[in-house]
Amino acid sequence: MLKQTEGSRAVAEAVALCRPEVICAYPISPQTHIVEALGGMVKSGALTRCEFINVESEFAAMSVAIGASAAGARAYTATASQGLLFMAEAVFNASGLGLPIVMTVANRAIGAPINIWNDHTDAMSQRDCGWIQLFAETNQEALDLHIQAFRLGEELSLPVMVCMDGFILTHAYERVDVPTQEQVDAYLPPFDPRQILDPSEPVTIGAMVGPEAFMEVRYLAHAKQMRALELIPAWAEEFRRAFGRETGGLLHTYRTEDAETVVVALGSVLGTIKDTVDELRRDDVKIGVLGITCFRPWPHAAVRAALAQAKRVVVIEKSLAVGLGGIVSSNVRTSFTGSPDAVHPIIAGLGGRSITRASLARVFGAAIGGNLEPLTFLDLDRSLVERALAREREQRRSGPIAEGMLRDLGVVAARIE
Amino acid sequence: MFQVRIHGRGGQGVVTAAEMLSIAAFLEGRHAQAFPSFGSERTGAPVVAFCRIDDREIRLREPVLEPDALIIQDPTLLHQVDVFGGLAREGYVLINTSRTFDALGVGDFARTLRADRLCTVPATELALKHVGRPLPNAALLGGFAAVSGRVSLEAVAAAIRDKFKGEVAEGNVAAASAAYAHVRSDMREASHAQAD
Repeated sequence: MLKQTEGSRAVAEAVALCRPEVICAYPISPQTHIVEALGGMVKSGALTRCEFINVESEFAAMSVAIGASAAGARAYTATASQGLLFMAEAVFNASGLGLPIVMTVANRAIGAPINIWNDHTDAMSQRDCGWIQLFAETNQEALDLHIQAFRLGEELSLPVMVCMDGFILTHAYERVDVPTQEQVDAYLPPFDPRQILDPSEPVTIGAMVGPEAFMEVRYLAHAKQMRALELIPAWAEEFRRAFGRETGGLLHTYRTEDAETVVVALGSVLGTIKDTVDELRRDDVKIGVLGITCFRPWPHAAVRAALAQAKRVVVIEKSLAVGLGGIVSSNVRTSFTGSPDAVHPIIAGLGGRSITRASLARVFGAAIGGNLEPLTFLDLDRSLVERALAREREQRRSGPIAEGMLRDLGVVAARIE
Repeated sequence: MFQVRIHGRGGQGVVTAAEMLSIAAFLEGRHAQAFPSFGSERTGAPVVAFCRIDDREIRLREPVLEPDALIIQDPTLLHQVDVFGGLAREGYVLINTSRTFDALGVGDFARTLRADRLCTVPATELALKHVGRPLPNAALLGGFAAVSGRVSLEAVAAAIRDKFKGEVAEGNVAAASAAYAHVRSDMREASHAQAD
C-alpha cells in the first residue's frame, strides 16, 4: 500500500512484517523512532508473538539479541553512532558466532566533537566486523532491504546491518509502498536456524578455539560472505518478481554506458548525485553513477565490471579514515583496473554538512579538468582551519580546537575576559 | 518541482507542518518529500523544515536553498535569520502575523516580489480560537493552500486528520479553513483594489 510516511516508520512496519520474535531496544538518535514504533506495535497487539525488551545499554541490546538468536528467535535491534561503538565487542561476537541478527544502523557521525548529525563513520568503523552491510538510497529501499536482510542472514547464518542515513532518511517523509503480510510471508520463510540452543540436544555456541582451528573458522566467515555475493543478486531478482521493485542487489549503475567519469557513493546522497549528473549530461559531459548497495561483502567483480570503461572515478564518501583519506575509495582502487591515481576520494558531508548539487558539480568539473588534490574535502572552510592553526603556532596552550572554531564562527558567546 | 521552506521556532510545529504538507500533496497523487533541518532543536530556537512537491520521484536531498514558497511561522525571525535567502522572484511568502509587511519592517523587500503572492494570516490567533493552543502550523497550511493553489484545502484537512485525531484534528481543520477563507478574502480585496 502506498503511504506518505517517515522513513523510521516505514522501516518499523517492514520489520514488523518480518515477524521478529525478540526486539531489543536502547534509544539513541536518529534510530529512536524505529524502535519506538515497534514498541508501540507490540504493546497494542499489532505485532504478536514478539518480546520487546528494553535494555540498559547498546552492549546489552546486542548481547540480548545474541542470546535470543542462539535460542532460535528472529532477533532485531537498531542503533547509531556511539551506540554502535558501545556494542562493538558484541557486534563482532554476533558475526563470529554466525547468528543472523538484523540491525538497522541509522548512520550518524562519531564524536568527539559531539555531533548528532549524519555521516557514515559509525558503519565504516565496523566494516570489517563480519556483518553483511547494506546501504539504502531511499526509504523505499531501506524498507525493502530489511525484508531481504532477514532472508539473507538466516540462509547464511550471518548477521546483517542495514544502513540508512540518519535524519536524511530516518526523519524524511516520502512515498513508500508497504507490502502486505502475505507478500512478505511468501518471500521470507520462518526462521529455521542452522544452530540452536536446545536442552534436549546440548551444544556449545561460542566454544573457545585455539590456533588449531581459529583460522579455519575465520576462513569460513569469509567464504560465507563470498557466497552472499551470489545470493544477494539472485534474491534481489526474486524480490523484484514478488514485489515489482528493483531493490537491493550488489550495486546500481546510472547512465554509466558511455561514462568516462563515474561517481561512486553509498546511501541517500546518490539521489543528489543523480540530479547533478543529469544536469551535466545536458552539457554533454560523459558522466555516470555507481551506487554501492552492498558494501560488505565488497562486490569486487561487479565493481570492476561497472568501472571497466571509466577513465576516472570520483568517490563521494561520508567518512574519513584519519591519516589515510577515503575508505570507500581505498576499496574502489582494489577493483579499478586503471591507475589508482584516477580514483579521487572526496570526503563530504561529515557531521551533517549539506552536500549540494552546486558543490558536487564543482568537484566533478575539477576531477574532469584534472584539478583535484590527492584528497579533497568538499566545501572545507579553509579560513576556519587556518585560524585554528595560527592559534596553535602562536601559543602553546591554544585551547580546545572545537571550542576555538565555534568562537571564530560566533556560534558560542565570546569568552568573558 | 515546487519547493517550500518553513521557518519557525522549536515547539511551533514547523516539522509537523512540512510533514502534513507532504501528506496533502501525496493525497493528491503527487510525489512529496518533507524533512527538517536537523538540529538539537530546543523550544524557542529557530527551526527550519522543507517540503518538495513534484510529479515525479524526488531524489534531491540537499536543503531547500531556492524556495518557491516561504511560510514564516514566527515574524520575530524576520530580522534574526536569513529567512528570505534564495527566494525565487516569483515566490510566495506567507507570514503568521496580523501586521503588514511594512509594519514588520520588510516592506521594501516585499515590493521586489509579486504582490499577489504575498500574504499574512493571524494563524496563532486562529489556532488559539479553534484549537486552544498557540500552534499556528495547520492554519498556515490552510493559508498556503489559498495563496498558492498548490494543494487543496480538502487535502490539507485530510493531512491534518492523518496526523492528529479527534478534537485536536477538527480544531486544526477549522483553523486551516478559517485561514484559507482569510487569505482568499484578502486576495479578493486586493484584486478589487487593483481593478478600481
